[in-house]
This record gives sequence, structure tokens and C-alpha cells, in this order.
Amino acid sequence: MIEKLQKVFESRVRLGVMSILMANESADFNTLKDTLDLTDGNLASHLTALEKKEMISVNKEFVGRKPKTSYTSTALGKQLFKQHLTALEKLIKGQ
Amino acid sequence: MKEENLKKSSLDQLNQIHSMMEQSTRFISLSGLSGILAGITALIGAGYAYLIISKAATVENPYMMRLSMHTIKPQTIRELVVVGAVMLIVAISIGILLTLKKAKKKGQNMWGKTSQRLLLNLTMPLVAGGIFSLILIHHGLVGLIAPVTLLFYGLALLNASKYTLHDIRYLGICEIILGLIGSYFIGYGLLIWAIGFGLLHIVYGSAMYLKYDRDD
Repeated sequence: MIEKLQKVFESRVRLGVMSILMANESADFNTLKDTLDLTDGNLASHLTALEKKEMISVNKEFVGRKPKTSYTSTALGKQLFKQHLTALEKLIKGQ
Repeated sequence: MKEENLKKSSLDQLNQIHSMMEQSTRFISLSGLSGILAGITALIGAGYAYLIISKAATVENPYMMRLSMHTIKPQTIRELVVVGAVMLIVAISIGILLTLKKAKKKGQNMWGKTSQRLLLNLTMPLVAGGIFSLILIHHGLVGLIAPVTLLFYGLALLNASKYTLHDIRYLGICEIILGLIGSYFIGYGLLIWAIGFGLLHIVYGSAMYLKYDRDD
């Protein structure tokens, strides 16, 4: 069986977001922004794309009066990420 | 040629994944230099404490290497506690200051999720150790305090190593071994404190400085 490279991960930002969400249960917008060193707009557009593909889910809650948005990777997102990793591994090993 | 490019970009991607996972889970801005300075602070403190203690030297125990609490006056113990507290505050302040500087340079948030997680996991065993030491005092088992603090400090480092530089694990293991040795040979508290908080910190700090900080 040939594992395909996932097209969605061609973007460094999307790959970064998914890496962080694989290593952490969830991450909020500002954590993602700081870790990836991005502007609000840039990050938001990539997050929307990932959400549309149902690879991440968005949770909105209020902490006091401030809205806080956090993101989690979905089962589908995890599966695609793992497939992508396997594909990368195979490419490097030259199979 | 195309295959070579594909290989290279795959490797780049894997590196990026690794670095993002690490940066988002570990607080890696701990400064090696602060370890060295904390060690030196501890050695100065231990030296000063030895001066205080050696005033109580007797003919049978001229060097006061092995201490027995019956020969030490409460006044001396109070002085020793003050020395210890001052050294602790100095060492922690230096550590925070230098780590702040390094975090700024690395662009890592000093008060983000990773540093909070690190602090929480470091503090919990330390608080348990602190309370346990107080209980030891309550039961009059003063000789066990020094080794117990090293033991709990080592366990705290071991626990915290999942949330910061992995290397801190080895410092933790050394502190645990030292604590165990110290709890067998009771009475050498000052000596094992000097080794555990002084010498080991200097060795660990130097290793970290050479490994991570020098090229910054």
C-alpha cells in the first residue's frame, strides 16, 4: 500500500498547526500564533481551511468576559497527519 | 534529481514537525549559566554555613564534618536557616533573570503554557518535600532533612524533565542517588548539600552552557 503525501500539508503553517495539535490536547489561538510566529490574519485563514476539511475542531468559551478560542485535532486530522508522516518516512528511506 | 529534492523537502518537513512539537510542549529557554551561578551561590552559602558551625568545634570533632544536632545550639540553627533562605532567593532570582533574557532571545513566551506546565510539575514534588521536611523536624529527625531535600529535588527534576530540556533528567538522577547515600550516612548534611546544590549545579550548568548557549 502506498501512503500518499497529503496535499493539505504542503503549507508550512498548516503542517505546523497540526504538529502542535498532535503534541498537545488542545491549543488556543494565541499559543498557536506565538509558536508559529504568524500574524492574526494569516493564521486565521489557515485555521479556517483546516476546519473546513474537518481536520480540526474549534471550541469557543468565555473566560470571564473574554472569548477564548481553542483548537483540537479531530480523528480525521490525526489519521491524515499520521499517513503524511509515514509517507515522509518512506520517501526519506527511498522506498 | 527530482527525487533528491523530494527527499530534502521531506527531511525539512520532519524537522519542522519535530521542532513545533517540542516548542509547544517543552520550555527550552532554561539558561545554563544560571545553573553555574546557582551552584556558586550554594557553595558560598555552604562555606559560610561551615564557618558558623565550626565555631562550635570541639576537641573530639575538630573539623565538624560529621554533625550531631545535640552539639549545635538553637541559635546556630537559626543562623543556618537564614543563610539557606538567602542563598535560595539569590539563586532563584538569578535563574529567573537569565531565563527571562534567554526566552526573549529565543522568542519563547516566558509565561506561556509550556513554562506554567514546567513550574507546576517542578513545584508539586518540592512542596511535598518541604512539608515532609517540616514533619521530620516535628519528630526530631533533623539529620534526615538534608538528604530528604536532595531526594525530593531530584524527583522534582525528574518529573519536570518531560516539560523542559531532557538533560535535566540526569541532574535529577544524580541528586536522588546523592540523597539516598546521604540518608544512609546521616550527619554529613552540609557536605552533601554542597555537592548536590553546589557542585552538581556547576557541572550541569556548564554542560548545558556548552551544549545549548554558546552558539546563541
